Amino acid sequence: MTTSAANPQPRAYLSRRYRLSASHRLHSDTFTADQNRTAYGKCNNPHGHGHNYIVEVTVGGPVDAATGMVCDLGQLDAFAQTNLLDRFDAMNLNTLDIFRSVVPTTENLTIEVHRIFERFPGAKLTRIRIEETSNNSFEYSA
Amino acid sequence: MILLTRKAEFSSAHFYWNDAWSPEENQRVFGKCANRNGHGHNYTLEVTVAGEVDPVSGFVVDLKELKAILEREVISVYDHRHLNLEVPEFTTRIPTTENIAISIWQRLDGRIPHAKLHRVRVYEMPDLFADYYGEP
Repeated sequence: MTTSAANPQPRAYLSRRYRLSASHRLHSDTFTADQNRTAYGKCNNPHGHGHNYIVEVTVGGPVDAATGMVCDLGQLDAFAQTNLLDRFDAMNLNTLDIFRSVVPTTENLTIEVHRIFERFPGAKLTRIRIEETSNNSFEYSA
Repeated sequence: MILLTRKAEFSSAHFYWNDAWSPEENQRVFGKCANRNGHGHNYTLEVTVAGEVDPVSGFVVDLKELKAILEREVISVYDHRHLNLEVPEFTTRIPTTENIAISIWQRLDGRIPHAKLHRVRVYEMPDLFADYYGEP
């Protein structure tokens, strides 16, 4: 297998799904108690609730001629372990620094996770998609 | 324009190996996937085609026909086969999920009447999949 400039490698996208379980409470300090209840309904329960989130990370790029891969999956998994799972899995999202002044909706979680994987050195991030439940999912691309 | 997706499954064996490298280098890069005896997966293929709805039939493509094309061009060649040893394109191309998606695109492109191939998605397992849109 050889690569040459005259024969560019096709561009493909690789997606990996990670699972994390976390609790959160949707509450904005800029709203009154009534406004919070109206805006967030049962998600405003003061004691919080939780989800089994599925985080789908998509990276894209030329398929390496030597490996046949867009990125080293081991490197992506290790990055996800350190920067996603170790930080978010089995946590209360509201207690994390990033959600001190930002409501931990799945929209905001998706944007934060996108920010994290933009720093992945092994391949270019294309999209983050998070399933909060099997009925709700959120996508963010830069 | 409408996008239509048809799913199919195949179960195949493969291993990852680059002949240009030493066994140690193959082991370092591909880990347990470099086991020369191979291992296998239940792959799920999703083929998405794009086209206009035929005013008479109400179809973009005839799904029976699309199913038959997938069977003939892909499933009958890949299913219950060792990809490295029995499928021609993988004698020169490592059968990674990315390369399987590209190879399936090349097998199907231009062979689906009345519709344009839009995306080939191959799941190696439910939490790992590759997409190819025909980008060079």
